[in-house]
Amino acid sequence: MAQKTVEFTLGRNPEMGMDGRPVMGPLAPIDLPEPDIESDNMLLNIGPQHPATHGVLRLICELDGETIVRCIPHIGYLHSSFEKLGEYRTWNQVVTLTDRMDYLAPLIYNCAYVMSVEAMMGIEVTERCKLTRVIMMEMDRIFGHLLWLGTFAMDVGAFTPFLYTFEEREKIYTLHESYTGARITTSATRVGGMMSEMPEGWDQGVRDFCNGLPRTLDECDTLLNENGLLLGRTQGIGVISGEDALNYGLTGPNLRGSGVPYDVRKDQPYYDYESYDFEIPVGEYGDCHDRYLVRTEEMRQSLRILHQALDRLPKAEGPMDVPDPRISLPAKTDAMNDMESMIHHFKLVTDGIHAPAGESYFPVEASKGELGMYVVSDGGTKPVRWRVRPPSFVNLAALPKLLEGHLLADLITINASIDIVLGEIDR
Amino acid sequence: MADDKSSFDSVAEGPRPSSEVTVSPVKVDSPARAHPSVTALTDQFGEAILRHEVVATDQHIVFIPPDRNLEILSWLRDDLDQQYDLLRDVTAVDYGGGRPLQVVYQLFSLFHKQALRVKCELPLDALEIESVCGLWMAANWLEREVYDLFGITFKNHPDLRRILMPPDYAEGHPLRKDFPLRGRFSRAEQTRRALSQDLKHYYFDDEIELGGESQALPPMDGPQALPSGENEAEAEVETGVEASE
Repeated sequence: MAQKTVEFTLGRNPEMGMDGRPVMGPLAPIDLPEPDIESDNMLLNIGPQHPATHGVLRLICELDGETIVRCIPHIGYLHSSFEKLGEYRTWNQVVTLTDRMDYLAPLIYNCAYVMSVEAMMGIEVTERCKLTRVIMMEMDRIFGHLLWLGTFAMDVGAFTPFLYTFEEREKIYTLHESYTGARITTSATRVGGMMSEMPEGWDQGVRDFCNGLPRTLDECDTLLNENGLLLGRTQGIGVISGEDALNYGLTGPNLRGSGVPYDVRKDQPYYDYESYDFEIPVGEYGDCHDRYLVRTEEMRQSLRILHQALDRLPKAEGPMDVPDPRISLPAKTDAMNDMESMIHHFKLVTDGIHAPAGESYFPVEASKGELGMYVVSDGGTKPVRWRVRPPSFVNLAALPKLLEGHLLADLITINASIDIVLGEIDR
Repeated sequence: MADDKSSFDSVAEGPRPSSEVTVSPVKVDSPARAHPSVTALTDQFGEAILRHEVVATDQHIVFIPPDRNLEILSWLRDDLDQQYDLLRDVTAVDYGGGRPLQVVYQLFSLFHKQALRVKCELPLDALEIESVCGLWMAANWLEREVYDLFGITFKNHPDLRRILMPPDYAEGHPLRKDFPLRGRFSRAEQTRRALSQDLKHYYFDDEIELGGESQALPPMDGPQALPSGENEAEAEVETGVEASE
């Protein structure tokens, strides 16, 4: 992705070079001798309750003047041991725990979990279900990125994009609500299908949203792309090379911002992603600005996928759930009128689904990076182990590396640019 | 009539996959389904490849002895035909019932677009394994999490301490099967510990050293005076756990 060059009127932004990057060196000549003050490094505590840490993240910084010498992130304030709780719940009940992790893109987590269970059980879901899940996952990728865009802009000092993006997010909230009845804790998926058939006109609602979003994205671009303050605060800040990023296990836009074109949708495709026409944006310098460009472009690519999936939807007639009485609940009228259906209904509700012994690790591309759901079964109705490979957790682990030698003010930008959600880090 | 199964029989028999695919773990003998890395591993290390399983149709698991994990994993990372440059995940699985704990490495090769799962089985009386932080920095926090929640010690880890639970958490390792869902201590004891104003609840030792004595919090009276364990038996359990920590 090419670096944008911006021209400034001379004198308006004297600290900014012609290429948009800040001019290195002192702004005014300083002849003062270096003060010979013997001083210790200072310990600064940021968080856990701080608006710019995006949740209950606590950072202990050792400062030499304004430069960060060392940073120790502390997590775990939101720890609810979802993985332990999952071992006490049936396969379908775990779904409700998944959307509490990344509450900024809950449907991706719902889908990823059941996809892993289905891979373990060898269930092939229907074409209609696949398309619905693709639509939901791409919609929530935009959902997550929009929040990131708003808060990132706010962290570097621009307030307006926050209002624009939240207006668009409100439309997705409404779509969530009309499908699942909940705005955040959606719990929309079941093993072998979805919670229900799409409500009437829901796909048209998604289509309307897709048609309206580019305008808002363009408006945000106008506000941000040539904004000297944003360029100055993001370019050359928090640089990580592609090799380092890979070694630190970064995934998603953070890795792609460093120039490594790794995307699970392309490299280990699921749900026919190989048949969709979309591209993977890749950055060049690996700084905060490239991560910003990658994410904004990803939203446009998600829109392309959404349009294609919505076009395929009318052709995919048929049931949403797998027509197997051991996995999917029978229709309510059947359960009331037909003896066998009632027994199936009773067994599924009281006992739950029996999964054969086995295990599965299923990676999907979430909005934050690679989300892997690892489920282990010993043949019972509950998981022996349910493990989430949390993208934000691994991304946050690289924060001390990204902060090396930066100023305290850059900490806020860098922390905003790696896009974390603490619900999923602490689980 | 015998082979004319109704869907009611299937409920009694338990689940079967809806498709034709076999899902239970199968030992792979036919080379057609073999993973290229598994073949190469067997050629390279021979006896050290203890077992090979295929689950969920196409996911390959290799079992290796825990004392050779560093050697085999670094070969997998550096060999030109393997190049597993992305460590997706490090985690552990406890099946309970005294069975060994499994440490699970999820590897992915960006160049060959291949995934491989490597497992080491650790007996419960020797929960120690070499850290792979030197190979992939991604292992740093992931291994800390496994240490925190399972109590597996990673030798030569640069910074092995609890990550999700508080640093002075004394009830053990929550994701082990012998750990009760509500924790080992009584509610009263858990509350007392949560409200205590001990500096060590909030900071790690190196941070207290860095911050100096002046940053110590003033003692607080009030909630701290909650009763400790509800009865003597619990107090015994508590001291027992602390001693084993």
